[in-house]
Amino acid sequence: MTALFEYLLRLGDSDLILSHRLSQWVGHAPAIEEELALGNIALDLLGQAQLWLSLAAQTANDGRDADQLVYLRDAGEYRNVLLVEQLNGDFAHTMTRQFFFDSFHHLLLGALTQSSNGSVAAIAAKSLKEVSYHLRRSRDWVITLGDGSEESHRRMTTAVDNLWSYTGELFQMDGIDQALISTGVAVDLAGLRQAWLRDITTTFADAVLTTPQNDWAQRGGKRGVHTEHLGFLLAEMQFLQRAYPNATW
Amino acid sequence: MQPSLNQVWAWLGEVPDPEIPVISVVDLGIVREVRWEGNELVIGVTPTYSGCPATSVIAHEIKSALQSHGVQAFRLETQLSPPWTTNWISDAGKERLRAFGIAPPTARGAKIYCPRCASAAVAKVSEFGSTPCKAQYRCLDCLEPFDLFKCL
Repeated sequence: MTALFEYLLRLGDSDLILSHRLSQWVGHAPAIEEELALGNIALDLLGQAQLWLSLAAQTANDGRDADQLVYLRDAGEYRNVLLVEQLNGDFAHTMTRQFFFDSFHHLLLGALTQSSNGSVAAIAAKSLKEVSYHLRRSRDWVITLGDGSEESHRRMTTAVDNLWSYTGELFQMDGIDQALISTGVAVDLAGLRQAWLRDITTTFADAVLTTPQNDWAQRGGKRGVHTEHLGFLLAEMQFLQRAYPNATW
Repeated sequence: MQPSLNQVWAWLGEVPDPEIPVISVVDLGIVREVRWEGNELVIGVTPTYSGCPATSVIAHEIKSALQSHGVQAFRLETQLSPPWTTNWISDAGKERLRAFGIAPPTARGAKIYCPRCASAAVAKVSEFGSTPCKAQYRCLDCLEPFDLFKCL
């Protein structure tokens, strides 16, 4: 498989898996407005995943379309970062995960609008507009909950502790990134880390939360080595196509 | 005989948005281009929000409209760049949104008025509403809730 195909899977899969996680809140959110918000953000991310995975399918040109990439790959073939497959937990956990990802996503898409690949740049520019308000919202929630009640602050601290070790992978690169950076298609992820840390630290200062100093990172998602949670998520998401192959409506 | 491009634009101007039927797909700014390539009519369309479920319905309605006017050879082309913006909603479209009870998009930070009583005393309930393109507000004067078409 080409480096570009792998790179597009990484972009699309992270959007897709986070979208699915957020959609699991529907019917369980703490308030109707939050229910709508989580569902809407899930929908944006699903749309973005569809754009990336359609481009991936077109790049591979092996007869598979975006739907087949989504429904017929097993966990080992998924390339999303580990952060997005983590369980929803409580609302503080979901919002912390979202803020870590949104802040990174915003920087990534901003840089990808300059990609030498026109299709990549177009999808990035389209998605960036949506991610701007995702970030506004998750940042607001981090501040509201961190600087909220004793209980909400405690829950936020637990969420940060649980999720921090999954953030390092966002900026991790390998030969696929290097090959595509040399042709101007991809982004130097390590170069985004300082800006991301600044965003986190500034927001955490407003939220009365402590930015962890530990930079040990869980990794593996980008090459298909996932935490146990992804398999369960896929089992639910892919059930219909697995049980009734080629079903359409 | 090939219908003129103006004629095609006029036909498309009668295709309603499936979610907000008072406004046409042309007023919404999602039909970006109409051109003939030999005997084939090409319609360039752009999605509003990338996950908007109405996108495929809109494509279907554009196809039906063209077929009902006897156009046989045509294709729809998705144009992602430049990305859709609420600035492309026509003034007539904005007025129709307001009359329908949806506050039209305004620049970020600009004043928002209640579409029913025109009061500027409004409060945001949530940045997200019944569709990806809308936010929930309420009017502090007439006390009615309303949707705001988000600025994108």
